[in-house]
Amino acid sequence: MRLKDGEERLRKTKVKARLIQRRMPKLSVEERIRGFNEVALGYTCEQAVTEAKRCLQCKEPKCVEGCPVEVNIPDFIKLISESKFEDAIKKIKEKNSLPAMCGRVCPQENQCMGRCILGKKGEPINIGALERFVADYELEKGVRVPNVAVSTGRKIAVVGSGPAGLTAAAELAKLGHKVTIFEALHSPGGVLSYGIPEFRLPKEIVEAEVNYVRLLGVELETDVIVGKTVTLEELFENGFDAVFVGTGAGLPSFLGVPGENLCGIYSANEFLIRVNLLKAYRFPEYDTPVKVGEKVVVVGGGNVAMDAARSALRLGAKVSVVYRRTEKELPARLEEVENAEKEGVQFLFLANPVRFIGGARGWVKQVECVRMRLGEPDASGRRRPIPVKDSSFLIDADTVIVAIGQKPNPLAVRSTKKIELTRHGTIVVNPETQETSMKGVYAGGDITAGDATVISAMGAAKKAAKAIHRYLMGTDR
Amino acid sequence: MNGFEVLEKEELAPGIKLLAVSAPLIVKKARAGQFIVVRVDEKGERFPLTLVDWSLDEGSVTVVFQEVGVSTKKLGMLKVGDHIMDVVGPLGNPAEIKNYGEIAVVGGGVGVAAAYPRIKALKEAGNRVTSIIGAKTSNLIIFEGEIGKLSDELHVSTDDGSKGFKGFTSTVLQNLLDQGRKFSYVFAVGPAPMMKAVAEVTRPHGIHTVVSLNPVMVDGTGMCGGCRVAVGGETKFACVDGPEFDAHLVDFNELLARLNTYVEQEQKAMCALKGR
Repeated sequence: MRLKDGEERLRKTKVKARLIQRRMPKLSVEERIRGFNEVALGYTCEQAVTEAKRCLQCKEPKCVEGCPVEVNIPDFIKLISESKFEDAIKKIKEKNSLPAMCGRVCPQENQCMGRCILGKKGEPINIGALERFVADYELEKGVRVPNVAVSTGRKIAVVGSGPAGLTAAAELAKLGHKVTIFEALHSPGGVLSYGIPEFRLPKEIVEAEVNYVRLLGVELETDVIVGKTVTLEELFENGFDAVFVGTGAGLPSFLGVPGENLCGIYSANEFLIRVNLLKAYRFPEYDTPVKVGEKVVVVGGGNVAMDAARSALRLGAKVSVVYRRTEKELPARLEEVENAEKEGVQFLFLANPVRFIGGARGWVKQVECVRMRLGEPDASGRRRPIPVKDSSFLIDADTVIVAIGQKPNPLAVRSTKKIELTRHGTIVVNPETQETSMKGVYAGGDITAGDATVISAMGAAKKAAKAIHRYLMGTDR
Repeated sequence: MNGFEVLEKEELAPGIKLLAVSAPLIVKKARAGQFIVVRVDEKGERFPLTLVDWSLDEGSVTVVFQEVGVSTKKLGMLKVGDHIMDVVGPLGNPAEIKNYGEIAVVGGGVGVAAAYPRIKALKEAGNRVTSIIGAKTSNLIIFEGEIGKLSDELHVSTDDGSKGFKGFTSTVLQNLLDQGRKFSYVFAVGPAPMMKAVAEVTRPHGIHTVVSLNPVMVDGTGMCGGCRVAVGGETKFACVDGPEFDAHLVDFNELLARLNTYVEQEQKAMCALKGR
C-alpha cells in the first residue's frame, strides 16, 4: 500500500528532475591530503533548498523508520524547502540533540536515506547533508537555549560523554532532571573527539554540540574515572538517583600473531588518540609524538581503519589497507572508502597478516600475509575468509595500524559485582529499557552492543533516558 | 576545570623533583602500587606517574619524577600555586600487600620513590624488609632517610661508588643471596635494565619476584594498548592488568625496545621546548 502510494507520486513528478541528488561540495584531493581540514563542505542555502524540494513528503515515510532516534525527517525537509532553516533545526532537535555530528557521521545510506522512496528509481534525498546544513546554520547564527521541563529534583549521573552519554544527558535534562556527566578523558565527546578525525568531524563541531548539552543544564566533569576515582555505588551514596553507563568500547583487539608488539605497531585506538585527541599531527607544537614511517599498513576494513589510513596518509605516508575479505564486504561506509581511494590509499583485499617481522632496534620492517578466499557465509551472514595454503607473501612496512575492533571498556563495570556482563564483557541489559542487573543503573552504546555506530548508541541512550524517567517518576507517585 | 593545584614542590636531587598536588577525589582511593596520568597544559602529553605518597587531611597526592623529556621538564617548571591541567586516577591495580615474611625491596634511580609506598605498606603488613636502593652517583640517591626509617635493613649502592656499595642494586641482592640470605618475596622498581637484572638474580633461587613496569602509556584507562607487554607469552596491558607483574615472566627485551620508540621525537620536542 505505502509503496504504491510512493510510486504513484513518483510517476507524477518524474518531469521535475527529482531523481538527481544535489552533490555536497568537497575539498579537492590535493587540498585534502595536505592537512586535516574537513573534506565535505556542506550545502549552500540554495543547494539545500533545491535538494529539499525533491522530497516527496510521503504520508507514511520510510526514512523515519530507518532512523534510530526517529527524527521527523519529512517535516524538517519541508521546512528547509520553504527556507525556514531555524524551524527546521528546531524540528530535528525535538528528537536529536547532536545533529551537526549525526549529519556528518551517521551511515545514512543504511538508515534514513537507504529507505528513501526516491532511491528506488533514482537517487535518494541526501538527508544527512540537509541535517548537517541546518545544524551548521544554527551554530553559525548562535544556538538558542531550548526550554526544559520544570525541575523534578532528581539527580542522574551519566558515565561517559560519547554519543550515548551526551544523548542520555540531553534527553534527561529536557525532562527536568539534574544531570552530571563524568568523563574519564580530559576532553568530552568520547569517540567523537578521540576517534573520528578532524577531516571527517571537526572538533569545533563536537565542542559546539557538547556545549548545547551544557546549555540544557547538564554539568560535565572531565578527569573522573567512574570505577577508579569514584565507584558506581558511591554515585548513589553521593545522592544520585539513577545512573546511565555509556562508557563505550575500550580495549583494542589485536591479531594475536607473532611480532605484534614490535615498535611501530599501533592499535587504531592509540594511533587515533595520539593524532586526534592529543593533536600529534601538530607535533612538536603539541608535545605528543606519533611515529609514521614512509610505508604504513592498516589492518582492517571498518570506518576506524579508513580513519586511520586517511590520517596516516595526511601525515605523509604511502598507505595500504589490508583486508581479509573483498571490497564488497568492507564494513566501512562506501563514501569513506571512496574518499580513501581518491586520496591515494591502496587496498589489498583477500589478505591477512600472519606475522610481523622486525628489523633494527625492535622496529617492524615487514608484514607477512597470506592470501584468503571466501568460503560459506558465517553467523554474521558474510562469507567466511579461509587462508589459501602456501600463499604467504611479504609487504614492507615502517608502521602498522591494527584496526580490527575493540572490546568493551572494563573500568566502570569491573569496580562492582552487581552488574551482569556477557562473556564478551558487554553489559547485559533489558532490550526494552536498557536496564542493567544493578538497580537504578541503565546502559547503552558500545558498552552494551559491542562495536556499533554513533547513531545506534544514541538510539539506545534515548530508550534508556525514557526508562530512567519512568523509573524515577514512577516511584515518586 | 581549574586544574589541580601544586601545593608543595621540592628538588630532591639534580633534575629529580617532588610535587604534592591537590586531588581530593583521587586521594580517597589511592593505594600503594597505583599511578596517576597527568597532562601539564593544553598542548601537553598524557603520561603516568607512580603515587609516592598521599594525605587524606590535605587532599593531596605526591609524585616524584626525573626531568628526562619535554613533559617532565614542563611539570618541573610549575611552581607552588600553579595548576596541572589534568590529573586522573588512581589507575592500575593496587600492589599485592601481605605478610610474605622475609623480603627484599629493590629501587633504582627515580624508582626509589616508587618503592617507598610499597615498603611502607609491606612493613605495615608485618614483613621484615631489607631495602636496597641505588643510583648513578651519591647526589642522585633519594628517599634514603624515609626508607631507612621504615626498613629493617638498608643497603645503598652507586654506580660510581661515591656512596655505599660500588655497583648495581642487583649485585647487592646477589651478594646477600650468596651469603645465604633467604627472601620469600622480592619487589623491584626502577629502570627496565635494573628490573631485568634483578629478575635474573632471583630466577635461579625461585624467589617470587614482582616488578612494577612503566611502559609508554597514553590514556592509562585500557584504551590505547600502547602499554602492552608480553608476560608469560601473553600480551598484557600495564595500565589495566598491571602495573605489577611476575618479573620472571616479563619479556624485558621487548619492553626495552618499546621504551625507545620515541627517542628521536623526544629530541625534536626538547629542541622545540628550548625555542619556546
